[in-house]
Amino acid sequence: MPKVTYVEHDGTEHRLDVPVGLSVMRGAVNHNIPGIDADCGGECACATCHVYVDPAWFDKLGPQSDQEVSMLSFAALAEPNSRLSCQITMTDGLDGLVVRLPEAQH
Amino acid sequence: MNAPLGAGLDGDPHRIALDAIDVSDPRLYRDDVWHPYFARLRREDPVHYFRDSRYGPYWAVTRYKDIMQVEVNHQVYSSASELGGIQIEEQPKDMDRPSFIRMDPPKHDEQRKVVSPVVAPGNLANMEGLIRERTARVLDGLPRNETFDWVDRVSIELTTMMLATLFDYPWDDRRQLTYWSDVAICNVNSPDAPVHSEAERFTELGKMAAALGALFNERAVQPPKFDLLSMLAHGEATRQMPIREFMGTLALLIVGGNDTTRNTMSGSVLALHEHPGEYRKLRDNPALIPSMVSEVIRYVTPVIHMRRTAKEDAELGGKHIKKGDKVVIWYVSGNRDPDAIEEPDQLVIDRPRPRQHLSFGFGIHRCVGNRLAELQLRVLWEELLPRFPAIEVMGPPHRLYSNFIHGIRSLPVRIPA
Repeated sequence: MPKVTYVEHDGTEHRLDVPVGLSVMRGAVNHNIPGIDADCGGECACATCHVYVDPAWFDKLGPQSDQEVSMLSFAALAEPNSRLSCQITMTDGLDGLVVRLPEAQH
Repeated sequence: MNAPLGAGLDGDPHRIALDAIDVSDPRLYRDDVWHPYFARLRREDPVHYFRDSRYGPYWAVTRYKDIMQVEVNHQVYSSASELGGIQIEEQPKDMDRPSFIRMDPPKHDEQRKVVSPVVAPGNLANMEGLIRERTARVLDGLPRNETFDWVDRVSIELTTMMLATLFDYPWDDRRQLTYWSDVAICNVNSPDAPVHSEAERFTELGKMAAALGALFNERAVQPPKFDLLSMLAHGEATRQMPIREFMGTLALLIVGGNDTTRNTMSGSVLALHEHPGEYRKLRDNPALIPSMVSEVIRYVTPVIHMRRTAKEDAELGGKHIKKGDKVVIWYVSGNRDPDAIEEPDQLVIDRPRPRQHLSFGFGIHRCVGNRLAELQLRVLWEELLPRFPAIEVMGPPHRLYSNFIHGIRSLPVRIPA
């Protein structure tokens, strides 16, 4: 089973199994990882599942939809390596993915 | 009171013809009787075309997932003021007051981004201490063993203070902001409204623009600071906005930034009173406050509907929407949709995924102040619970005559000593 490491803002790490086909957001929410709010439940409609993708992995992710680009543009703490984790679907190729969580979601 | 619409509204909601149900009737919300009409619509015709309403023909969208679809597809479902804006009732064309809530991208995006930093996580953290201090002071000043109006003494008092801070508005004049908020959003047909015609409303909002415009002009020539007027005065996309857009933007921030939170503060007291088991659960475990806050925001649904206009033909819930059609998404219904939310008519303060409600909207127009609203509500209950053994509701709420704002004008309560 592929693994994702979620690093909270304070540095606390959680290394979790996230099955192929599940979103990185869902992996966090299923394990109650603090720092990913996912208000809309994965519809790319709230930008509260925002994560920073470790540079080693950023280019390995699928492309961003216009909707994701749009929603991310409103996130206060967005950086060039920001993604909405509900739009990152786990594959075997992403085994070992590392994402960092922002200070807060809004 | 204005002439009512379909006689059906006075008949049995379970039997009247669907077309006789006009959910845009403000009486439904004033009298709190809207539930069965929406239950019928969700079950029988979730995307329903009302041919004859007091506002002309419109599509009523009543299920959670269809509402979400409209929200996310802003390219199809426009918020633009020129097409009619975001309420079922349209502003008169010569008195319309655009703001970014009634704009599409790119202009919407540019303007929203000017003000959104005021509620960025760091700024919220900075404001929490101040919010807590004020909340404590207001609560400590409340009478005990005596009936008073929670709306006036707490909900309006606290949210007005918040507004004064957000605008850096002269403290002693802060109730003027509440007045202008009520003017901006009232239904002019209500006998309780502060103004009774669109012309009167426009005149009063003109005075608001003049007063706030004076501060705006002062701050434009001073270094930028962290209040909404300074941000508007310095923002590239907003510093030269025309007067009616200025009126609209101020009204948006004043209403969105206070009225909704005010009504949820009042509604939270009422909701917990109506669900004593949940109130007990909360007292036994104050760690449930954040979850309760979200659940109350769902249960109250401070904004009853939003409206869009189709820019092209589209399919929605199996129906064919035509370009130009008015599409109304009823948050108050989507938040009670059993296909999306379990036991939706029950207040359940520890339900899973409490934030998955529609009250803040979704998509690019999602309430920019949502986390500030949650913060104010959380602090209110954190300060309330240890201070008061109970808040007894002593009589029915007096609700607002409106199909847009789900408001409570007064709520008599008593706090035992």
